[in-house]
Amino acid sequence: MSRILAILQKEFLQMKRDRLTLGMVFMLPLVQLLLFGYAIQTEVKHISTVVFDQSMSIESRDLLDSFSSSGYFDITGTAKGYAEITKMIDSGKAKAGIIFPPDFAEKLRKGETAPVQVLVDASDSMVSNSAIAVANSIGLLKSQKIIMQKTGVQSLPYDIRVRPWYNPDGITAYYMVPAILGIIVTMTMVMMTSMGIVREREKGTLEQLMVTPVKSYELMIGKVIPYIALGYLQITVALLVGGVVFGVPIRGSILQLYLLTLFFITASLGIGIFISNIARNQMQAFQMSFFVFLPSIMLSGFMFPREAMPSIIQYIGNIFPLTFYLTIIRGIVLKGIGFPYLIPQVMSLLVFSVIMMTLSIIKFKKKIA
Amino acid sequence: MEYVVTTCELTRTFGSFTAVDRININIRPGEIYGFLGPNGSGKTTTMRMLCGLLEPTSGSGSVLGYDLARESEKIKQKIGYMSQKFSLYDDLTVYENLVFYAGMYSIPYHERKKRVAEMIEMAWLAGREKDLPANLSGGLKQRLALGCAIISRPSILFLDEPTSGVSPTSRRMFFKIIQKLANEGTTVMVTTHFMDEAERCHNIAFISGGRLIANDTPDNLKNNVIEGCMVEVDLPDAMERIEELESLPYVKECSIHGPLLHVLLDSEGNVAVFDRYTGVKAREITPSLEDVFISLAKLQRKQES
Ligand SMILES: Nc1ncnc2c1ncn2[C@@H]1O[C@H](COP(=O)(O)OP(=O)(O)O)[C@@H](O)[C@H]1O
Ligand SMILES: [Mg+2]
Repeated sequence: MSRILAILQKEFLQMKRDRLTLGMVFMLPLVQLLLFGYAIQTEVKHISTVVFDQSMSIESRDLLDSFSSSGYFDITGTAKGYAEITKMIDSGKAKAGIIFPPDFAEKLRKGETAPVQVLVDASDSMVSNSAIAVANSIGLLKSQKIIMQKTGVQSLPYDIRVRPWYNPDGITAYYMVPAILGIIVTMTMVMMTSMGIVREREKGTLEQLMVTPVKSYELMIGKVIPYIALGYLQITVALLVGGVVFGVPIRGSILQLYLLTLFFITASLGIGIFISNIARNQMQAFQMSFFVFLPSIMLSGFMFPREAMPSIIQYIGNIFPLTFYLTIIRGIVLKGIGFPYLIPQVMSLLVFSVIMMTLSIIKFKKKIA
Repeated sequence: MEYVVTTCELTRTFGSFTAVDRININIRPGEIYGFLGPNGSGKTTTMRMLCGLLEPTSGSGSVLGYDLARESEKIKQKIGYMSQKFSLYDDLTVYENLVFYAGMYSIPYHERKKRVAEMIEMAWLAGREKDLPANLSGGLKQRLALGCAIISRPSILFLDEPTSGVSPTSRRMFFKIIQKLANEGTTVMVTTHFMDEAERCHNIAFISGGRLIANDTPDNLKNNVIEGCMVEVDLPDAMERIEELESLPYVKECSIHGPLLHVLLDSEGNVAVFDRYTGVKAREITPSLEDVFISLAKLQRKQES
């Protein structure tokens, strides 16, 4: 016990003096959250749009209003012909074009179908998906209104009300902030732990430690606790940034969030320690950390929904603690659910941590070579 | 117990390479045991096995009665070890480094301050407690590392090339400390390249290519190993003439010692002939330890090929 305290004291002293690392621990959640939070918008608004209006009627202006008031289309200019529209989209000055034929208003008045052409630059699928979906629904809504007026029908036969639970306004940040938090913790825990131990091996201080009576588990515990503290610090910073900057509410219990996070931190530390056991130098430790980090991002459901992956890839994703943690943190933060719903994930993380730590303690035998 | 360290046919291989080859060592309590040999001869590997840092491939050994293979953790409670690149935490101060190792050896809290103060005094580090090792000279760093290794008052101290890379003054000072420790009863095993240090050991083991090829007191080594008559000559072109001189029938070997050439002749009777051959007066000398080791290493190489 007194040896663990001695190691703790040393680790905290070293951490306190390592300004660069300490700065990184704080800056990482800040910068990452701001970057990802603002940059990754799965929903695209304000698509610059040019209009070639050959009708120049009240009707065409009315439909254009609907387009621009949707928030998705910004009318940035008018064109005087097809060629001009094509040129603007080709050159990237506009992402969409709306074309009204000369007889647009006339046809509407006669009760005929009035065609409107919407051109979309589909090279960016995010943009085109939004544009197409919104343009279609504007068309439908407008048509509905006219039909209802004509037929005198007061209500529609179907009324399907979709209610997006947990994130009714579809705010990307709500979804992203908790996930980014998981990414940051993975990165810091795996990388810092593995490098921290490998650095001692490289410097030769580990050899000096190994001839003292310190036990493997004492060394592990003493090394790991400071990193757990760091992990919690990062999470606190990230949640604060998420709350203050992006207004992400925490619907579930903060206490549970902190408690269950411990399992994720230990699992990530386990990977870090395991890496430090097999890496010969800091460079290798760094590379191996990335080897864990990248698939974590890809397969955990951070980037792509796991439901859309082939089942074998989903299984592989289950190797990474981040996969389980994303379910936990999104569950608590967005859905407000608690431990009883998250038992499978927590158990998986627990099993993972125990396996990793056991392997590491067995492998770390206070011997060199 | 007569010996505090004994080994029997101790061997360590790395893959197909044998770094330490069936070595037998016996160290008496309270002696300074010098461990000498060229680079890569297996000194560090042997010492690591004795400290329980490396498992022997075969053979056995015991330190303070504890078996190397089975009881290495018990050995670690009783020994001090200073590794070849004596490593300290550069981001901890002198004081903090010592306190940390005091903690690693579970020295009771009420005694730690006193122990650390003792080490600071022993290492002549007073006034530098708050300095980082980076700001210390090589000699001070080395003595701080020694302080960390002996803060637990070990009964055996293993020092792996403790004096490489420090100034001659610091070297002498360091060895004085070692001698003082030995006088107080600590057994010291030390590897070194310096002959003046080797001379001060009670016992010397010479290892080459993983084999122990000599083990005796410095005096016995100097008197018994070399057969023949050692002379010293001052030849201006000594370097170029070694081969030529060694081809003479009565010359066993030649080696350069600073500006002088040491030549081993078959017997005293050859001195006059040799003088006539070189045209310079050769002076008869008692062989130094260095001569002994050079001759031992040559012998070993000859036997191998
Ligand atoms: N961990 C290791 N793996 C492979 N070879 C090693 C290892 N440690 C030492 N050796 C080899 O064993 C030999 C003896 O090394 P060492 O004991 O360090 O020699 P010395 O300390 O006498 O210079 C060297 O040739 C070295 O390359
Ligand atoms: Mg060595």
